[in-house]
Amino acid sequence: MNKTSLYQSHLDAGAKMVDFGGWHMPINYGSQIEEHHAVRRDCGMFDVSHMTVIDVAGVEATDFLYKLLAGDIKKIQVNQALYSTMLNEQGGVIDDLIVYKQADNRYRIISNAATRDKDLDWMNDQVKDFSVTIEEHPDLAIIAVQGPNSEHILNQLVAADLSQLKKFRSIKSDDLFIGRTGYTGEDGFEIVLPSDRAPDFWQKLMDAGVKPCGLGARDTLRLEAGLHLYGQDMDEDNSPINCGLAWSVRKQDHDFIGGSVIAQQREQGADHKMVGLVLDGRGILRHGQTVSDDTGEIGIITSGGFSPTTERAIALARIPKNNTHEKLTVHIRKKQLPCHVVKPNFVRNGQSLLED
Amino acid sequence: MSYVPDNLSYTASHEWLEKIADGRYRVGITEFAQEQLGDIVFVELPETDEAYAQEDECGVVESVKTASDLYAPLGGTIVEVNEALEDNPELINDSPYDDGWIFVMEIDDDSDLDSLLNPEDYRNSIEDEE
Repeated sequence: MNKTSLYQSHLDAGAKMVDFGGWHMPINYGSQIEEHHAVRRDCGMFDVSHMTVIDVAGVEATDFLYKLLAGDIKKIQVNQALYSTMLNEQGGVIDDLIVYKQADNRYRIISNAATRDKDLDWMNDQVKDFSVTIEEHPDLAIIAVQGPNSEHILNQLVAADLSQLKKFRSIKSDDLFIGRTGYTGEDGFEIVLPSDRAPDFWQKLMDAGVKPCGLGARDTLRLEAGLHLYGQDMDEDNSPINCGLAWSVRKQDHDFIGGSVIAQQREQGADHKMVGLVLDGRGILRHGQTVSDDTGEIGIITSGGFSPTTERAIALARIPKNNTHEKLTVHIRKKQLPCHVVKPNFVRNGQSLLED
Repeated sequence: MSYVPDNLSYTASHEWLEKIADGRYRVGITEFAQEQLGDIVFVELPETDEAYAQEDECGVVESVKTASDLYAPLGGTIVEVNEALEDNPELINDSPYDDGWIFVMEIDDDSDLDSLLNPEDYRNSIEDEE
């Protein structure tokens, strides 16, 4: 199994390690809920070095990414980042990723760990007609520092002035590559650095009071923020239009891979939408539970769980676009339990968005 | 190594039993079980005055991570449940052998008792998993 360069740091911090897609990763360091609250209220950090770093460069790099990605790579400037999906010919999502523009025709992509092999195969297949090189960087570590106090804490540890760094922008600071991005719904940074430097930097963050957080808290934080998880909330069988990611797909020039299907779906209207669900009574919503209205089964929970910030059971669910019921039921162990429909964004900047 | 008290009996599915009177047992899940589950956020308690056969599903403990079924460790009737867990399921994390008890069972007869694990056997059984 793969280990990140922070493996020993996790053990030293008392992590409970699990197999996460072939990687030894920390699920928590004691209490997932405390870690969750640390990110909402103060500052926490995650080792996400298992994610895939791919540099794309060459005179046709922009043209290549304009074809490869459903998002609009041409609209971002140097030092800006873009969230995008990468689709197959049928419009299904191969992966979602963040691409940072480092220079004209030089980009850095950070994509998921579990999809590494198929992503690289796909990109290498598609790149053949372009004057572009694709280079993976397994020698790099990534630490996500997230929470309202991250700017203040991180600013004391790096040379760059992060107060000047806007959201979804990046900056180089010595051998650190820092993006003001994240996966928690809080302000925060993702720091790409050489693997051999990562344990020392992690320790500096620990000494500054940043709480190490596991993948468990990462999942509840992103769910509260309504951020999608590849493999659950999106997959190769569903287009971004059908899973609530239409906003990330460019509106003109559907000449990207999968674009003709997307154009058709846009014209005819999508079949499905993503909604948020909140369970009215007691229990926990989970991935895979079915959702019903008075006509019977209509959809499925793609991600669900206990939300530590709202102290409610919340979920993302895919249901037919034309279903406008405010109340639905969820099947949990032989029972149909009532829940209500909300916007798929439960928490913002540390505060619950649920009415109660 | 998780704490395994010497005065209790155990099941392979990580329940503990404390004899509180003749034919009457208090049941919870072990420290090892709660450590594996992580922060517990919901407990579906068994119905009281309901009869269960040994190993029947009788409730659910859900953590942030996963849902885990509770099994009747013996055949009998559940006569009392720990209602404090409805509002404070984390009692199972904080005090698995005491405030975090889950239910009390009156057993039908003594024949199921032989299937329970003593503390040493239970320690051995979790050693491989730890």
